[in-house]
Amino acid sequence: MSAVGPALAQVLLLALALAAAVPLLGRHLAHVYTSPRHLAVERASYRLLRVDPDADQHWRAYAMSVLGFSLAGVLALYGFGRLQAHLPLSLGFAGLPADGAWNTAVSFVTNTNWQWYAGEATVGHLFQMSGLTVQNFVSAGVGMAVAAAFARGLARSHRDGRVGNFWADLVRTVVRVLLPISLVAAVVLVLSGAVQNLLEPMTVHTLTGGVQQITGGPVASQEAIKELGTNGGGFYNVNSAHPFENPTPFTNLLEIFLLLLIPFAMAWAFGLIVGDRRQGGAVLSVMGVLWGGSVALLTWAEMAGPGTAPGLAGGAMEGKEVRFGEAASALFASSTTGTSTGAVNSMHDSLTAPGGGVAMFNMMLGEVAPGGVGSGLYGMLMLAVLTVFLAGLMVGRTPEYLGKKIGQHEIVLVALYVLATPVLVLTGVAVAVTAHAGLAGLQESGPHGLSEALYAVTSAANNNGSAFAGLSSGTPFWNTLLGLLMLIGRFVPIVLVLALAGRFAAQRQLPPGAGTLPTHRPLFVVLLTGVAVVVVGLTYVPVLVLGPIAESLS
Amino acid sequence: MNTHQPAPVRRPLGAQLRESLPVALRKLDPRELLASPVMLVVEIGAVATTVMSVLDPSTMSVGVTVWLWLTVLFGTLAEAVAEGRGKAQAASLRALQQETTARRVRGSADQLGYTGNLTELPTDRVPSTSLRTGDVVVVEAGERIPGDGDVIEGVASVDESAVTGESAPVIRESGGDRSAVTGGTVVLSDRIVVRITSDPGQSFVDRMIALVEGSERRRTPNEIALNVLLTSLTAIFVVVVASLHFVADHSGAHQSAIVLTALLVCLIPTTIGALLSAIGIAGMDRLVRRNVLAMSGRAVEAAGDVDVLLLDKTGTITYGNRQATELLPLEGVSHDELAEAALLSSLADETPEGRSIVTLVGERRAVPDGAVLVAFSASTRMSGVDLPGRIVRKGAASAVAHWAHSTGVPASATSGGELTVLVDGVSASGGTPLVVAEQDGGRPARILGVVHLKDVVKEGMRERFDELRAMGIRTVMITGDNAITARAIAEEAGVDDFLAEATPEDKMALIRKEQEGGRMVAMCGDGTNDAPALAQADVGVAMNTGTTAAKEAGNMVDLDSDPTKLIEVVQIGKQLLITRGALTTFSVANDVAKYFAILPAMFVVAFPDLDVLNVMRLSSPESAILSAVVFNALVIVALIPLSLRGVRYTPSSAADLLRRNLLLYGVGGLIAPFLGIKLLDLVVSLIPGV
Repeated sequence: MSAVGPALAQVLLLALALAAAVPLLGRHLAHVYTSPRHLAVERASYRLLRVDPDADQHWRAYAMSVLGFSLAGVLALYGFGRLQAHLPLSLGFAGLPADGAWNTAVSFVTNTNWQWYAGEATVGHLFQMSGLTVQNFVSAGVGMAVAAAFARGLARSHRDGRVGNFWADLVRTVVRVLLPISLVAAVVLVLSGAVQNLLEPMTVHTLTGGVQQITGGPVASQEAIKELGTNGGGFYNVNSAHPFENPTPFTNLLEIFLLLLIPFAMAWAFGLIVGDRRQGGAVLSVMGVLWGGSVALLTWAEMAGPGTAPGLAGGAMEGKEVRFGEAASALFASSTTGTSTGAVNSMHDSLTAPGGGVAMFNMMLGEVAPGGVGSGLYGMLMLAVLTVFLAGLMVGRTPEYLGKKIGQHEIVLVALYVLATPVLVLTGVAVAVTAHAGLAGLQESGPHGLSEALYAVTSAANNNGSAFAGLSSGTPFWNTLLGLLMLIGRFVPIVLVLALAGRFAAQRQLPPGAGTLPTHRPLFVVLLTGVAVVVVGLTYVPVLVLGPIAESLS
Repeated sequence: MNTHQPAPVRRPLGAQLRESLPVALRKLDPRELLASPVMLVVEIGAVATTVMSVLDPSTMSVGVTVWLWLTVLFGTLAEAVAEGRGKAQAASLRALQQETTARRVRGSADQLGYTGNLTELPTDRVPSTSLRTGDVVVVEAGERIPGDGDVIEGVASVDESAVTGESAPVIRESGGDRSAVTGGTVVLSDRIVVRITSDPGQSFVDRMIALVEGSERRRTPNEIALNVLLTSLTAIFVVVVASLHFVADHSGAHQSAIVLTALLVCLIPTTIGALLSAIGIAGMDRLVRRNVLAMSGRAVEAAGDVDVLLLDKTGTITYGNRQATELLPLEGVSHDELAEAALLSSLADETPEGRSIVTLVGERRAVPDGAVLVAFSASTRMSGVDLPGRIVRKGAASAVAHWAHSTGVPASATSGGELTVLVDGVSASGGTPLVVAEQDGGRPARILGVVHLKDVVKEGMRERFDELRAMGIRTVMITGDNAITARAIAEEAGVDDFLAEATPEDKMALIRKEQEGGRMVAMCGDGTNDAPALAQADVGVAMNTGTTAAKEAGNMVDLDSDPTKLIEVVQIGKQLLITRGALTTFSVANDVAKYFAILPAMFVVAFPDLDVLNVMRLSSPESAILSAVVFNALVIVALIPLSLRGVRYTPSSAADLLRRNLLLYGVGGLIAPFLGIKLLDLVVSLIPGV
């Protein structure tokens, strides 16, 4: 089973495809976020929304637009879920319970796509299509818009805190980027065997004489944006391990390609927006190094990792699709947790202990390797600002990043950003393992049980959405807790990022000199990678020791 | 450069630590620690463990408690030592402030401003402390100047050694740029009238005392920013440790509050938290020791960010006087012949140029008998000597040519040809040509050649500018010379750019232009007309010899009045930031090793397999935790000297600096605690009960 050759070959193929596509898409993205022109269909949307797409918004107005739009999304989706039974194409499913509807509404609006439910057994086609899939598009668009605003903030000077127009950024992202690529990807998926219909479930009689219900639906169309927008919410409970979602090794690789494409391309676009391609290259390199490292570690863990059962079986195949094998599952697992996707093609609960640890660490990095669409870029840039602050002091100057000084106010925003997610995760896990209702959801006791809880809160607070399947999360306790974590974990960082963008936009741009710390050189790449790993490591090592590390060593 | 400094003899650090201990103990007051949340958390932890070890004493709990208290104490000790260093200096300055009797001229300041012969007016004897801004006093030889002010009449030599440490007396005179006097200095000769420019308690010496004692210390923007970061790191670790309590309970590995507190204190950045304020105070102190008074810490930090340095040519880059550097004889004239004539013509010439010719020729001889000296006059623009039967003249080319024509030399002999080539050559190189001619008997004069006078660049300037360039700082030379001369000197000195024929307005415009381009500008100046530019510059260093206006406009005063001191100011500013950054990196990097020490110790009972993580093979869980706490405290003491001295700074590019400091303090910070904790463990494990 464990053949190193094919494992390397697929990574190489993926890397080549990304190397070809990322600069192209990056250039397109940079154009999308800087062009003054509007398309006819976009103009129509602005008229419909009654907004002026040319108004340069102050960061506060931008943030209010983001929050308002997202709140509307949460309310709409909540109502939709509750009223499902009364709507067409419901396949006869009942409305969602209050805690479930809340969780799902928050989950899809925050680009998390945590799913407490089994898709094929809980929600109908209409909810999947016009509820969840719509949010798949626009929640991705929100993340990318915020990242674009941040890049603009760095690129501008003397703009009094103005960072662009949210509505233009959002609409353009959906119209010019997400829709076209999703369309092509969905067609390719259909051609490769993914399902796309609006039929009632089919009843088939199996060879053994049993009767089985087979649910089809608009799968391919949701699958494409699920990966492309780093959403991750599967049509089926088993997500991309289901043959209707992910029929072949080719679609498997295609899906991994899709989920990595925009996060990497955003880094490239960032370089173009700030007018220095090398800066984008440096950010992209850090993302690449972290992603590459996690792929290597996770693949190693799954192919040769410790454990008695894997040792006997010659590989850790429990919970994995035989169609894909360990290597393709490991590649998918590290990519889906490195981006904030959370789609899975294997059950992460069955990853080897170190493999599960790597997946968790990927999410703990704050989704920056390469991260969610948009959120990966702004997360990495926040870390870059932090790194520049430390390194800048060490070269004897008031630290500056891309000509923007990092003073007291800037560092307050960065510090709060860095503080936010760990506080959510650690508080969340403490609550979960203390409350009876939390403990009730855990399948196992001991380190693995802790890992299940830790994985869930990490996934929610970092807006990943993947799960250790062992956790029964569809309870009011878990739905409420995770919903809160998702909501705070998404919007508090976004507001901080926009505030920093505003401060940067108000500053003037200082010209680089020989005394300025260069932020495009390999040394900085190494340093930023180091800061990301060390800061996250120091924060989470104690709980990781009691969870996956204790489990790995036993 | 002045090397004599008023700084007290540096005592060994051990003695300083002992002396500062009482102050350090007073600083344990939690209200004093509010500014440093990191240390406040340690103190709260120390209080908590004290209570716990009283309730349930054990070797472990008492050990942790003692070392937590020591951790806080080491931090306050560092600050106390840094402050203590300025105390001795402040004491010597206070001596200057003893009350003296001043002779105040009767009448209001406005009225006095228009009156001549102020020394003739009646005076009242008043205590110096009653003087206010605008009062006018008379000070005579042997008297102490009663307050800061400007000389408005007279000239005197003044002993300023008490303030500057420079023992040679300086001249202070009314008008011009040498008019400011400092209260407490002593008039050695003559009599001056001084208009007081400061109220009691606001004087220069007052500010100096406040500065060296650190009492007026306000935290700088950068220090505040770093403190924010350290506070948020502390907050993260508080959450980490608090959540660990619940998670550990869930995992069946209950941890005592003592152990959790120990872990917390080891993780939060105590090293930098304890030393942060000491670094700031010591940085100001280093500046004071170099005789520079910064009016705010903000200015010192800004100095580290300077991109452009404006330096006046005269007195800064060049010696200020043109000097003879070369003799250029015409064809048919021997070198010795020209040298002899040049020497003769200069024997009586007491101008710096004249003396430099004597120095160049290299022989001083007596003035020949019967020689009549002809001094330089503005009308002839020549000087020289009349000997019996021989007249020697030197002067500007046109003046000498004019004189030669008058003796019968045809105009064609002086215009065009060889002489013009020599004269133009010297001019083009930025020098001043001095033509030498002689007349034997009544014959027409004979032109001998040209003396090359030039502005000589001070030694070592090129190296200093190279250093600055390595630091990323561009130097611009400001001069009143024409562009040709300016360019030649700029090239010779190695500055990056120059501003020729500069007026004060030009200077101001240049500063504005650089600042609009986002660059930080530093300059130094002394004159009243420098004041606006000094105020506009981000870092303005006023010379102590300068006017009060200049001193008030700048944000630093150099007591040595050495314009090149700016370079050191910049270095100190950078060193300050680097020291903070390096210790922060070191502090955070230390945490990795502490985890390897403490986490296995905490959980090895519940999960025996975690013993693999005990890479240091520490003898027991208790010893491991105690060793980490002790290391954490001792590293503060070990780094006190570094924080007071500042990390080594060699001018080099940002990338090189980063690489070096990252290697030293980042990688060093990863490795050092592994060794330190292991060594401590070997000792601690000998304690019974651990």
